[in-house]
Amino acid sequence: MSSRTYAYLSNYAVYSAMAVFTVAFIAYSMEMAFSVKNVEGQKKTDFDFARTENSGRLGSLMTLLAFLLLTGGVAFRALSAHRVPWGNMYEFSITGAWALSGGFLFGIIKYRLRWLGVPVTFVSLLTLGTAVTVLYRPSAPLVPALKSTWLAIHVSAAIISGGVFLLANAVAGTYLILDTIESKGPRPAWAAKIPSLEALDQLSYRLVAFVFPLWTFAVIAGAIWAESAWGRYWGWDPKETWAFITWVAYAAYLHARVTIGWRGRRAAWLCLFAGSTFLFNYVYVNIWGTGRHTYSGL
Amino acid sequence: MSATSELETRGLLRWMWRQLTSMRIALILLLTLGLAAIPGSIFPQRSQNPMKVQEFFTNNPQLAVWMDRVKLFDVYSSPWFSAVYLLLFISLIGCVLPRTLQHLKALRSKPPLTPKFLDRMEFYTPVADSKAKSLDIAEAWLKKRKFRVRRDADSISAEKGYLRETGNLLFHLSLILILVAVGVGALYGSKGEAILNVGERFINTPTSYDNLSFGKFQSEGSLVPFSLAIADFQAKYDPATNAPTDYLLKVNLANPVGSKEVTKTIKVNSPLTLGSTKIYLQANGYSPIVTVRDRNGKLIFQGAVPFLPQDGNLTSSGAIKIPDMTPQVGFVSTFLPTADRTASRGAFSSYPEVLDPRLLFSAWKGNLGLDSGVPQSVYRINTSKMVRIGLKALELGQSYDFGTGTITFDGWKSWVNLQIVDDPGKMYALLGALLAILGLISSLFTRQRRIWVKQGDGIELAGLAKNALPGVKQEIEELAKELKG
Repeated sequence: MSSRTYAYLSNYAVYSAMAVFTVAFIAYSMEMAFSVKNVEGQKKTDFDFARTENSGRLGSLMTLLAFLLLTGGVAFRALSAHRVPWGNMYEFSITGAWALSGGFLFGIIKYRLRWLGVPVTFVSLLTLGTAVTVLYRPSAPLVPALKSTWLAIHVSAAIISGGVFLLANAVAGTYLILDTIESKGPRPAWAAKIPSLEALDQLSYRLVAFVFPLWTFAVIAGAIWAESAWGRYWGWDPKETWAFITWVAYAAYLHARVTIGWRGRRAAWLCLFAGSTFLFNYVYVNIWGTGRHTYSGL
Repeated sequence: MSATSELETRGLLRWMWRQLTSMRIALILLLTLGLAAIPGSIFPQRSQNPMKVQEFFTNNPQLAVWMDRVKLFDVYSSPWFSAVYLLLFISLIGCVLPRTLQHLKALRSKPPLTPKFLDRMEFYTPVADSKAKSLDIAEAWLKKRKFRVRRDADSISAEKGYLRETGNLLFHLSLILILVAVGVGALYGSKGEAILNVGERFINTPTSYDNLSFGKFQSEGSLVPFSLAIADFQAKYDPATNAPTDYLLKVNLANPVGSKEVTKTIKVNSPLTLGSTKIYLQANGYSPIVTVRDRNGKLIFQGAVPFLPQDGNLTSSGAIKIPDMTPQVGFVSTFLPTADRTASRGAFSSYPEVLDPRLLFSAWKGNLGLDSGVPQSVYRINTSKMVRIGLKALELGQSYDFGTGTITFDGWKSWVNLQIVDDPGKMYALLGALLAILGLISSLFTRQRRIWVKQGDGIELAGLAKNALPGVKQEIEELAKELKG
């Protein structure tokens, strides 16, 4: 097949994935919205999950389908350009959504994370939507500066770290919302399936602690690459600066938790702050920033 | 100074030291460092783009002067940014060194005594009707799992996972190594740039550079004495998007100067390495070749003049200055590698390769102002003391008569911008970075835990997980099973 055919296939796959994510999002939302309080006196649990169980399962099934479609979208994009599909922001975005949904599916199997379905499918849709409308660029070869094995190493580490940071943010955000609700009274029905506040608190910490070394590696791999491409390993380019700020913010978060013993709201806010520096780096520096990480046409 | 005030001063100093090395202050410094880095990503920085800074000064003169006073255009070398990271590193050293000594001691000693009452500890598990010689079995079990064991008459205290603190300390010590490496690079390094046309030769002496900066402890004599000639430069473009796909530079290198030349290749991601000096291909563009003669046909100037690319299709602008005529002449010019024209845009370049070149210019006569003492850009002409005498677009081989002489557009050459960097601290920074990751991984993923076994009326077990990682519970359950009669 020709490059052009692969490029078309990639686009169809990405659009189909968006349609399927929409179905998943609706299914997950229904699962949350309609798991209502059951009759008084029921023993095991106060809620009747049976009536929305199928809706939740449908959501997960659709997420799996969307993930497979997106796998095709990313793979065909790579085939059409004869390189790793990480040459511009459109490609980072579709790969990011792929990594996020893949991580989420893994989470469903390993940690029963289905309760995160609504935010995860929403963020995936948002990422893909921005990608196809604002960021889309035709499939093309890489500019010389990007022709390096470090592209695959540096960018994949950064994308995976970013995905896990976002997941930790989703968990910390959920913590803050539920903490506010619980301080006023018992949890509403839609939140009944979400784990306890302590579990959320632990989970967001675990996610960050797990991925912080990878993020450190992504920054260092970037420095090694910058040394061979630009003649210096660190030059306070806006992207580098914000990667550093993100690193420092998460380092502060880890110290606050491990050494000082922060828990709960304060830790969740710090986690959100650190995550937002990553998002800011991705959005602001790529689109409006100047510097060496902004390639023509995003 | 009286005795009491001396005591007070010492007390104050000790108090300040304790504050500085406290975790709370370290945390505040860490967050401050992040915040302090922000302005450098918002305002243009001299170290990255001095032209942008100049532009900022032109657009907001008053604000810029004020901002310059607080070093907002040199954030990362400013006193306030340096103060934050130096304080942070002092705090780090003050925290890590005592901990290193403590850890070294702990590595050579046995785990601390078993607490008196295990039932107050986590994972407390009494083992009913345990085997005989349970303590011996437990000791063997723990030793087999590489626990460090302290055996007392009626109890065992065991600890495992010292690697966690080792990694933690390694990580923080590596950060110090990185900072030192950055310092070495800044003090003992050099960095310069030179624009060279294809065919030109570069000799590595300070005068050959367009700009060159040395570290404080580095001098001109330290430059590697090589010479290189630009043999060939090829740029390839993607016809569908006009984007560059490959740059290939061939140079004839003689190291040291005068020795036999060898041909070397330089590409964007593969610089030429000579010891700790590296030569990078940073940018490229076109130099139109022109010939200027006076009225009598006498040759005044002939050569390739580097122009600056303005867009992806290498529309290039530059200045051809002819100071050796009276009156002086200057051409404010644009070079189009592939000329195209529409009514709305006028003339522009539609492809970055040279397919149909044009040289567009406005000709000026008067005083170029080269003797004014103010440094001038080679790409621009200060026309304040000049008058315009004409406008012209030349095809290859065409000439233009500007009254006192003629200019001919003879051809073009490519130029390359070489960046030549000597950073002797680089390898240490890399070493520091790799050790930091190793340290980080072992400190975040090692489970450090204690397990206690006590023989009283029966056997009691308890444990302590020093970091939040799970697993101690299972271990104690396994051990309990082992000891059960």
